[in-house]
Amino acid sequence: MRCKSSTLRAAKTASTRFVSLADCFREYQALMGEADTQIQDPITVELVNDREKISALIDQILDQAVQAGLKDAAIFAVRLAIEEAITNAFVHGHEHVPGDPPIRVEYKVLEREIQIAIEDHGPGFVPTEVPDPTLMENLSKPFGRGVMLMKAYMTEVMYNAKGNRVKMRYIAS
Amino acid sequence: MSDSRLRISNIDHVTQVEFIDRNILDEANIQAISDEISGIIEQSDAPQLLINFANVDHLSSAALGALITINNKVNEKDGKLRLANIDPQIFEVFVITRLNKLFSIHETLNDAMQEFNAASS
Repeated sequence: MRCKSSTLRAAKTASTRFVSLADCFREYQALMGEADTQIQDPITVELVNDREKISALIDQILDQAVQAGLKDAAIFAVRLAIEEAITNAFVHGHEHVPGDPPIRVEYKVLEREIQIAIEDHGPGFVPTEVPDPTLMENLSKPFGRGVMLMKAYMTEVMYNAKGNRVKMRYIAS
Repeated sequence: MSDSRLRISNIDHVTQVEFIDRNILDEANIQAISDEISGIIEQSDAPQLLINFANVDHLSSAALGALITINNKVNEKDGKLRLANIDPQIFEVFVITRLNKLFSIHETLNDAMQEFNAASS
């Protein structure tokens, strides 16, 4: 053995520190991911998979958005994005979740801004792994456009690390 | 059919389909519409289909998916699908998803009918 035992000990300590640093970094990233998708003091609704209740909630959110100064184009965008996010939660998020439990919808309407978070009980997904539906080879596939529409129409779309919660913001320009 | 979500008429060998609903968003509704139009396609040899969006204010990606499936079925039977009267905000959804490249979209029903007639003459 060419290394001195003291050097070995130092290396061992350093490598332990390195591993724990890496772990901490991952934990920090996960935490930050969670933090990014939080809304401060939201209105929270447990929403069941019932069309009338879904429509009523969306109308209620949009009524408040209109009062907060969001115009036609903004309302169209927000309605589309919420519809897609709720559909994703129930259809894809809960695909293998027994009993299709309620999803959590959180929202907050500020002046000329709306924040919405939708969380399901599924295993989550990796948004960056969803194939680009605008590529020629995907154009005639009848699925896979919800995520891109949410991104196209909202100012900001963020997912938590697990991929079962999305937070969207629309800020009127 | 009393619970039909569509108004259907036949004009000059073209089947015109008009949506009754202003919002084409939820899965059950979309499935019903899709089944009804698929039935029309199956009954025809080379379906000439014109979908009129005049009443439609909102649609979802699931509705786009149903339209793509309908388009695929029409193409399989050497037919032709055209879309018309699409609200500018909804047309933007087609542009963003690049589906304006996949579908034949016309501003008015007349424009679409002229294209059908030009193709058949």
